[in-house]
Amino acid sequence: MNPWIVSNLWLIPAIPLAVALLILSLNNSRRSVCAALAVIGQAAAFILSVVALVPTLGTPHYLAFVNFTWFTFGEQALRLGWMLDPLTAVMIVMIALVSLCIFVFSIGYMAADKNFTRFFAYLSFFSAAMLGLVIANSLLLLFICWELVGLASYLLIGFWIDKPTAAAAAKKAFITTRIGDMGFFLGLIWLYHGTGTLLFYDRGAGCMEPAALAGLGPAATSIALLIFCGAAGKSGQFPLHVWLPDAMEGPTPVSALIHAATMVAAGVFLVARVFPLFNVGAVHGVTASLTVVVWIGVITALMASLIAIAQADIKRILAYSTVSQLGLMMVSLGVGGVAAAIIHLIAHGFFKALLFLGSGSVIHACHEEQDIRKMGGLRRIMPLTFVTYAIGMMALSGVPLFFSGAWSKEEILHQTAHWPGGPWPYYLMLLGVVLTAFYMMRQVIYVFLGRPRGASEHAHESPAVMTIPLIVLATCAIVFSVLLTPAWPWLHDYLMGETARFDARLLIQPVLFVSLVLVGIGIGFGWFIYGKREGEIDPLQRAQPGVFRFLEEKMWIDEIYASLVVAPARFAAAFSNFMDRYVWDGFVRIVGGIGQLFGIITKGVDEQGINSGVDEATTGLRGIGRIFSAAHSGQIQAYLGAVAVGMLALLLLYAWLV
Amino acid sequence: MNDLAMATTPTLTHFLVISAALFSIGLLAALSRRHAIYILIGVEMLLAAANLNFIAFWRYGAPSPQPTGVMIALFSIAIAAAEAAVGLALVIAVYRHYRTTNVDQFTSMKG
Repeated sequence: MNPWIVSNLWLIPAIPLAVALLILSLNNSRRSVCAALAVIGQAAAFILSVVALVPTLGTPHYLAFVNFTWFTFGEQALRLGWMLDPLTAVMIVMIALVSLCIFVFSIGYMAADKNFTRFFAYLSFFSAAMLGLVIANSLLLLFICWELVGLASYLLIGFWIDKPTAAAAAKKAFITTRIGDMGFFLGLIWLYHGTGTLLFYDRGAGCMEPAALAGLGPAATSIALLIFCGAAGKSGQFPLHVWLPDAMEGPTPVSALIHAATMVAAGVFLVARVFPLFNVGAVHGVTASLTVVVWIGVITALMASLIAIAQADIKRILAYSTVSQLGLMMVSLGVGGVAAAIIHLIAHGFFKALLFLGSGSVIHACHEEQDIRKMGGLRRIMPLTFVTYAIGMMALSGVPLFFSGAWSKEEILHQTAHWPGGPWPYYLMLLGVVLTAFYMMRQVIYVFLGRPRGASEHAHESPAVMTIPLIVLATCAIVFSVLLTPAWPWLHDYLMGETARFDARLLIQPVLFVSLVLVGIGIGFGWFIYGKREGEIDPLQRAQPGVFRFLEEKMWIDEIYASLVVAPARFAAAFSNFMDRYVWDGFVRIVGGIGQLFGIITKGVDEQGINSGVDEATTGLRGIGRIFSAAHSGQIQAYLGAVAVGMLALLLLYAWLV
Repeated sequence: MNDLAMATTPTLTHFLVISAALFSIGLLAALSRRHAIYILIGVEMLLAAANLNFIAFWRYGAPSPQPTGVMIALFSIAIAAAEAAVGLALVIAVYRHYRTTNVDQFTSMKG
């Protein structure tokens, strides 16, 4: 018998969803009621997800699921379901907790917004979709929630619809992820064709279980790659990463939600969930599809951390750091370190939410200024934000011992170092570690140290409703590391179904030492270059203007897409327009001209011969016509109403006759 | 494993009532809203009501091995998608012309 929570796991996404609908139906002047509803709904989801975590703790390889038939179609029954395993359990706890912090923060951040209640409805909807995604036991249900996540992100990125850049960014996010989703959907259909089921686990008959996977044969690689297209789109992997930095146009809590708990986590989660599919026919843990995942991850991670160096917008730097960290997670998945990737995803969820909310606090204090070159000296003005932000920054950079990001990154590097596919991903990842520490140091120096410049002169510390979530997340970022150390890798063993043992000797590892040195180099280098900075121009820009420009312009990837994809589409549209307007229209005009000519001839005959006799009759008819023309109001709804009344009359006539 | 047992089995009447309700709501929306897009949404609801009827009659009618009702509904959904694309394009074109989407203002068809 399943515990109560397994049968009722659906409540976890259903509560925020119900809250979202309830808020939408309330009057938007009831701001405090709506905010309270959203927070309570999220808190309920969090409590339930902790309850769901409990049964998975006792048994290794815990797996429980509930399947039901959605509908029967001829001989085929389409079945959906939800499941609970360690992967789902840690994901729901992380999503619910991070979302809860972000919800509370939003109360302060969005206080002045006129669409306050709509914002909370969308936030709840977003979190509901994501929670539904991680509990799905069916690729189809996962896909449905996946699309709902996409819809929610569209609504939230474009939340300030009056801003043209926000509307464009929302559209870009939606369309770019849709390109990936197309691949995902094809993969899903192919998988259904190959295995006859989309349930992940179904007592041996599910599509992620050995029997079905063995039947797939070589098609598994193609299916896995198609599904990876979807994951790459959602998780901002090269070449579909372009939407993620633009998504910064949304309100900052939305950025935090997208970059930490929801949306981008979905891609990594998807690959982890269907990992058995990627692993079909593995030789020493290497398959063609996994190799693709590794290299896409490596390219993404390096490219994004290079671009991050030259950005000036506080949120864009964080956005590119998310892209690079997601690349890191993909590398980890590709080399077979599923647990390491998920651990980093969770740790990243906490500290990236912290960093984004911290940046929100900074932006709020600097009167919506996002350019780090105009900030500075906020260390004294906003001590709480500074301390929590510094914790987030050290967690992201991977400063060892006390910060969760360090241990999870360690784990990934450890996995990558032993990849049989070649040593290069490992070396490139080490370079990425240096770069990450460097650009985060640059950002912190610009924003918090030095003298106040421009926007930061009249700054003030944020209210408690904004700083308390920061403190909670900062605490999570530190305390969480206890579960990750190599000496007591509780989370890793929990995910892998092993029992954690404490062994202090494992604390000292060569990889740890290497990365300690690398992080030191990155931070030291950042301090060396930016610590004694004078003037407005970036020292790197002064030294290497060409390279800096290349990175500042995001390697011109947007421009390349504009010329390779958008321009041909525009050309095709212009061409169709030309064909329509001149060629086909011309043809129609010629036909019309012939008709007109014919009309002129008949008109002549008419006017000369027949007209005079008919004139009398028409005067009479015109009177009738006027009566009828009164009914022709030109209002389409009047016409539609007349159709409806007529239909009703016919129905009544029918009822009377039969 | 406890499967979700349905408390009551829905009958044809349930579906027809829902479909009729959907149809009425859609018709009400199409007749009373003044915004062209809401009218389109109303029309989509009319289509959804018709689709529901197709499937309901197929499901509860004479047993047939072919999924005819579902296929018609699928076709109708595809056509509805095309119709929505054309409809929205028309709304945009009309908006550019009249600078409004309020259908009360479109009176050039007045006889």
